[in-house]
Amino acid sequence: MVPATASKRIPVVDYLVIEGEPHLEANACVACGALYFDRRNACARCGKLEFTRKTLATTGSLRSYTIIHRAAPNVPVPYVSSVIELDGGGVVKANLVAAGTDPEKIELGMKVALTTFPCGHDEEGTEAVAFGFVPA
Amino acid sequence: MSDSVWIIGTSMTKFGRYPDKDTVDLASEAALGALDDAGTTMADMGVLAVGCLLEASAMLGQRLQKQIGQSGVAVYNVANACATGATAVRTALLAIKAGEADLGLAVGVEQMGKAGLLGPAGQARSKPAGYTPSGRYGSVMAVEGILGTGLMPGVFAQAGMEYASRHSGVGFEQFAKVAEKNHAHSTLNPLAQYQKAFSLEQVMGAEMVAYPNTLLMCCPTGDGAAAVVLCSGAKLKSLGLDVRRRAVKVSASVLTSDPYVESDTAQPDVSTLTKMAAAQAYEAAGVGPADLDLVELHDCFATAELIHYENLSLCEAGGAGDFIDRRGPWRDGQTPVNVSGGLISKGHPIGATGVANLYEVATHLRGEAGDRQIDGARVGLAHVIGLGSACAVHVLERAAS
Ligand SMILES: [Zn+2]
Repeated sequence: MVPATASKRIPVVDYLVIEGEPHLEANACVACGALYFDRRNACARCGKLEFTRKTLATTGSLRSYTIIHRAAPNVPVPYVSSVIELDGGGVVKANLVAAGTDPEKIELGMKVALTTFPCGHDEEGTEAVAFGFVPA
Repeated sequence: MSDSVWIIGTSMTKFGRYPDKDTVDLASEAALGALDDAGTTMADMGVLAVGCLLEASAMLGQRLQKQIGQSGVAVYNVANACATGATAVRTALLAIKAGEADLGLAVGVEQMGKAGLLGPAGQARSKPAGYTPSGRYGSVMAVEGILGTGLMPGVFAQAGMEYASRHSGVGFEQFAKVAEKNHAHSTLNPLAQYQKAFSLEQVMGAEMVAYPNTLLMCCPTGDGAAAVVLCSGAKLKSLGLDVRRRAVKVSASVLTSDPYVESDTAQPDVSTLTKMAAAQAYEAAGVGPADLDLVELHDCFATAELIHYENLSLCEAGGAGDFIDRRGPWRDGQTPVNVSGGLISKGHPIGATGVANLYEVATHLRGEAGDRQIDGARVGLAHVIGLGSACAVHVLERAAS
């Protein structure tokens, strides 16, 4: 559903790519393969300086989670924060969405897949897009 | 170079809320108490290290000196997250080890007031004007709550749940039992911020903060201070019999930071650097986990304490759930853990914590812990971790008598 006034979209962080099939990208150390989501000065693992962009898998497994009931004002609760181990490498933190907030129904180790959702608009009408994970 | 370093004096304020005092008042009370306990004064101190997270950039050490004694010696203002106090102790210890001083004073203090469980990061999201990617992640807004949580209750909950995912027999109930124990222990400690026992049902039924941590499984914010007077082995020989008899040996003092692990991209790993610190400390002290008569460890959240049972080798690999189930860390168990009440109930004025747990261990080793005394305690371990991360482990031993 694209509005008539072709509004712009922007990823909430620069390691999320929303063009085409949404996915995450990492800075990969050319020497040792260590992955990072932030801008790098050097590799924390091996100290080398050269990096390349690497496309990460959109599937993974639930390594850990917590259900947040007390949060900053304006953050809707409860919500599930999770640590996801991506297939083929990379560990990322994101919300686990569409899985409910009942700990009895959230299974550690379960398979998950990347999803995106709007997380705000600025005054110019640009939509910010975030990522999360859903049970696969 | 000094061959050994000893604690010859120690003191702490009761932890709690002191709206009518300032940070220097609290630091002075602990510092003067420790100096008096050691039978010495500021004039004898060759080095002063003061740990305080919120005021380390405000010359707190010198402001303390100006109240209790100015002598021109080196002063270090130390900040290292929740390892701030322990790092201050280690700073004074290093000066003694290096031979720059025979006697040193380390003070940890914090005045947090009612900062709230989430701290300054728990503020409302600001309203978006125009989205411009900024910072190292090119983010267009604060992402707390959008891309998971980075606040302490959630981070330590996720650390605990990761352990639960890898080991059977660990769940909400095991984590809650940790808090049940620490609240029970605190009833014997008059210096604890809270001294109230809660049943397991009450712990599990309290307001949920970040599953599996309920409010009774989270440390409170608060105010307080603690101090130790350190002494070189050579200097100790020249001191009086009563000082020597009550002296406690610092058999190991270790500080680590996180080595690279793949999951750093999601959140700090609080286990690896703790395991490293423990291994180095046991090696340096020439003792093993089985030798420990008591442990004060960093239970900022109940989930944290449980995983540190394994990180400090107090239980077998994967055995932390079983360890708490069979009451191993209770004061009458295999290895008493947090007999002070721990951060969960004794309180956690950040800069004071790493000094206060040395106070606790040293007081037991001296046989002066009153109602909560662990009888015949000879060896104890104190552990703190500051997220980001810094981990300090100290091993203390009673003087051979
Ligand atoms: Zn590298």
